[in-house]
Amino acid sequence: MLILECPYCGVTGEETEFHGGGEAHIKRFGPGSSDDDFHDYLFTRENPFGVHFERWRHVSGCGKWFHAARCTKTLEVFGTYSAQTTEPPSDLRAAISDKRPGWTWREFS
Amino acid sequence: MSTRLASGGRLIDRSKQVQFTFNGKQMRGHAGDTLASALLANDQMMVGRSFKYHRPRGIVASGAEEPNALINMGEGARFEPNQRATTTELFNGLVAQSQNHWPSLEFDIGAVNTYFSRFLPAGFYYKMFMYPRAFWKHVYEPFIRQSAGLGRAPKQRDQDTYEHFYHFADLVVIGGGVAGLQAALAAATAGQSVLVIEQTADWGGRAPVDGVADDSTIDGMDADAWVAQAVAKLDAMDNVTMRTRTMGAGVYDHGYLLAYERLRDHAPEAKGPRHRLWRIRTKQIVTATGAIERPLSFAGNDLPGVMLAAALRDYVVNYGVSTGDRTVVVTNNDDAYRTAIVLKQAGLEVPVIIDARPEGGGALMAKARDMGIRVDTGRAIAKVKGGKRVTGVQICAQAGEGSVLEEIPCDAVAMSGGWSPVVHLWSHCGGKLIWDDAQAHFRPDPSRPPTGASGEGFVIAAGSANGALALDAALADATAAGVAAARAAGGTPDDAPPPKADALGEAALAPVWMMPQGANIKLRMKSWLDFQNDVKVSDVQLAAHEGFESVEHAKRYTTLGMATDQGKLSNINGLAILSDALGQPIPVTGTTTFRPPYTPISMGAIAGEARGEIFQPLRRTPMHDWHDANGADWEPVGHWRRPYAFVRNGETVNEAVMREVRNTREKLGLLDASTLGKLIVKGPDAGRFLDMMYTNMMSTLKPGKCRYGLMCSENGFLSDDGVVARIDDDTWLCHTTTGGADRIHAHMEEWLQTEWWDWKVYVANVTEQLAQVAVVGPNARKLLEKLGGMDVSREALGFMEWADGTLGGFDARVYRISFSGELSYEVAVPASQGRAFWDKLMEAGKEFGVMPYGTEALHIMRAEKGFIMIGDETDGTVIPQDLGLDWALSKKKEDYLGKRAQQRSHMTDPNRWKLVGLETVDGSVLPDGAYALGNGVNENGQKVMIGRVTSTYHSPTLNRGIAMGLVLHGPDRMGEVLDFPGTDGKTYKAKIVSAVFYDPEGEKQNV
Repeated sequence: MLILECPYCGVTGEETEFHGGGEAHIKRFGPGSSDDDFHDYLFTRENPFGVHFERWRHVSGCGKWFHAARCTKTLEVFGTYSAQTTEPPSDLRAAISDKRPGWTWREFS
Repeated sequence: MSTRLASGGRLIDRSKQVQFTFNGKQMRGHAGDTLASALLANDQMMVGRSFKYHRPRGIVASGAEEPNALINMGEGARFEPNQRATTTELFNGLVAQSQNHWPSLEFDIGAVNTYFSRFLPAGFYYKMFMYPRAFWKHVYEPFIRQSAGLGRAPKQRDQDTYEHFYHFADLVVIGGGVAGLQAALAAATAGQSVLVIEQTADWGGRAPVDGVADDSTIDGMDADAWVAQAVAKLDAMDNVTMRTRTMGAGVYDHGYLLAYERLRDHAPEAKGPRHRLWRIRTKQIVTATGAIERPLSFAGNDLPGVMLAAALRDYVVNYGVSTGDRTVVVTNNDDAYRTAIVLKQAGLEVPVIIDARPEGGGALMAKARDMGIRVDTGRAIAKVKGGKRVTGVQICAQAGEGSVLEEIPCDAVAMSGGWSPVVHLWSHCGGKLIWDDAQAHFRPDPSRPPTGASGEGFVIAAGSANGALALDAALADATAAGVAAARAAGGTPDDAPPPKADALGEAALAPVWMMPQGANIKLRMKSWLDFQNDVKVSDVQLAAHEGFESVEHAKRYTTLGMATDQGKLSNINGLAILSDALGQPIPVTGTTTFRPPYTPISMGAIAGEARGEIFQPLRRTPMHDWHDANGADWEPVGHWRRPYAFVRNGETVNEAVMREVRNTREKLGLLDASTLGKLIVKGPDAGRFLDMMYTNMMSTLKPGKCRYGLMCSENGFLSDDGVVARIDDDTWLCHTTTGGADRIHAHMEEWLQTEWWDWKVYVANVTEQLAQVAVVGPNARKLLEKLGGMDVSREALGFMEWADGTLGGFDARVYRISFSGELSYEVAVPASQGRAFWDKLMEAGKEFGVMPYGTEALHIMRAEKGFIMIGDETDGTVIPQDLGLDWALSKKKEDYLGKRAQQRSHMTDPNRWKLVGLETVDGSVLPDGAYALGNGVNENGQKVMIGRVTSTYHSPTLNRGIAMGLVLHGPDRMGEVLDFPGTDGKTYKAKIVSAVFYDPEGEKQNV
């Protein structure tokens, strides 16, 4: 039962108020893409024991999707941020680096 | 024999007698007794039979860790199995029955298993019941099921009520012993909100009992007095909430805590809920959950009369009950000497204290000797003598193999193998343990606590739960824990010194995992580790020998630590034996996983208020009450209830369905279609967006027109369908399936918010704003024309068109669409006018033969027309191409959700099963879900399957069975007859035909 803060409405709520939506920052591949790219887009996912970026929806609240940076090992929540971005914000990445020097996640670090 | 002593018993009120029955026998106890203490007071030593060998078993413990005294409690609507007698407070009229015996507790047939115990080793069932394979289903499984299981399942609905309770506190202290109270006192000075919970009815824990033996004091007071003033102090503080009979059940992520309050298990006639589940959010948790004494593993340690030393002491001090007149104490530590001292003080015999340590103990041993108790050091129990209860013990050297040195008659044995901190709540959410060599137990590793949202620890263990077993150490540790917790929660507690404890010091314990150390196999086969599951030392050794080296594997192979007590007594002893057998240190073996709840909690408490009518909210259409009053046979569809059929007097449900279909096809039917999802999609980019959502082109739809559309998920599978109407230049109205409205709304939002967030589109779910009625049948237009107000003629409102207007004075939007193949209008009116509009249609429709119809008639009519139903023809693995819906897949669009996926090799495989109609040769109805058999067998030797039935009905229109199914190369095999074996043993023969059974030219709706 995590506690998360919705970056849109500012509410800090119980996990039951939210709904997890899997890995964040996935780039869509559509018609014209290679079989490999499309396969990876549909099925290949990170499964880290540590820093992770996820999609969440404030489903029993404002209804907005957002992103959360979280540690799957300690359950620490580094921060939540807008879903309308293709990469984690730089200040959040710096804050994670303070706590987990040398972290990497996909192409981000 | 066990009996009530003439005096003593700090928790009982001798002036108040309480009547109860055990196995139908009338017994008496006192107010303040537990069922266990009252049974012992009535010389009821034997309380049950063991799980596997049906051996006689007595009470072993005095608290939550009790493995044996599991009781069927109560009767009828208050019957509950597997209640622990040790945690059941006695009340007048209590009815208890022992479990797991037949025909009676005293004489039990299953006890013959004990003579075959050498043939029933660990893994017996796995090894024995493998072959012949066919025997499993018909011989082995029924036999095992009959003999397995503890207790009986209740047969009646629970008459009590339960509730959930939400609570927020800065700090929660779990455990109301002296450590918990002291931690709360230390923390509460910061002024933060503190909740203190204690699982039993009394504050103080073990200290008041232990103090009796060694005259210990806290701040100069005896433990009872100190506890009383501590509770009074806490009670007086506004920021502190205190609850007894409330157990910390589970610790979860980010400071979520479940507590289980038993409000009136001790007073069943009181008003209010029986149990309350506290759902707590807190910043810091202090677990002052104490420690549990471990049994010693010697032969016959499971006989009634062999008890944990501290439990035996509890019964004397707390309840004035003696377990036996002559009690042999056997120990590897100093604490058990307190039991000998207490027994002696109560005037009972202690023939000998058998101490496995060559050097014996410290100050407590000296005190015992001073009282004239014989102490044998370096000794062990070779074997306990007796049948249904202890009659004596054989003494041997601990260092040897069990040669008997002496036999001592006795009627009780008090054993102590040391103490294990209760680390369950610390461990639930990831707190790690370290092995404490000196005390031979696992205790919380303070450097690796469970971590919360900030990444910092949120649980602190205190007192004996933290391995601080001695009174002074526990109080100092608890003070530090309380201060640390308050600081971690952002408070500034006072820095007061811990209370001063004065107690006899204890000498070091010596780990003893087997008694005697070199016990031979005969002894090991009678040395129980897990009383509840009948696991012996020899079983765990066998598991290790057979390769079950992981502690989790050994647990499941032997059943060590399973069932209601989850190994509270057996785990450490078991894994010590396992480690020894594997030749590795105990910390390398590790523990099994601690999972919530700490002890079993009632199903009622978990459900709380969510039962019966309010189990989940029901969605009702504006016409719901009319349906209910007119014979609706309800069918759940999502959270909605829809009429399956409207059943008239003297009619079966099936007859009603047939009547409704015929009447709709011949005259006029009304369907409450209000549950269909209705989503408004609006904005400059709405057309572009819907072109991505639907496989069809929606942007080119003209205002005033409707189009049937398909939605796929990104991996190509069909997920929903419905009619889309274009309202104006930038507004569309999308109908979804009844169950799909919320899901599709969320699906649209997801893509809008996370992929195309720069597109200007707004989606609103208006499902409940509108009541919608399908007016269906040859007389449909006549009815609407009679209502009047707008032109619904063939010319003015063509098929797949819609128009706004008024009908009979109602504001209406009329869609001319058909899911039945008949002339059909779906009319939407504001939800508030829905019922009035329905009434008007029913009234005005009389002369045209109007009848309402339900979902089953709807299904049959759509199947007669070969229309697919999401959830029948689709199951999450079906793509539109499988259903012959290629016409609905736009070829002009570059992209839509699912398009790329449908180009993948498996999706374009010509061998995918395709939709066809199926007609039984004899007109009967195909079984739902039946498979069609091909020729030959597959690589697993199973018959090849070449298709399956997706929808099947009796069509009253055609008076025969009709069905749809997915069949290999189906559309190319028209006229072929396939075999469909049913589960009834018959094989149904069906011919492949077109899925459109009725009016293939569409003439019925083209009027």
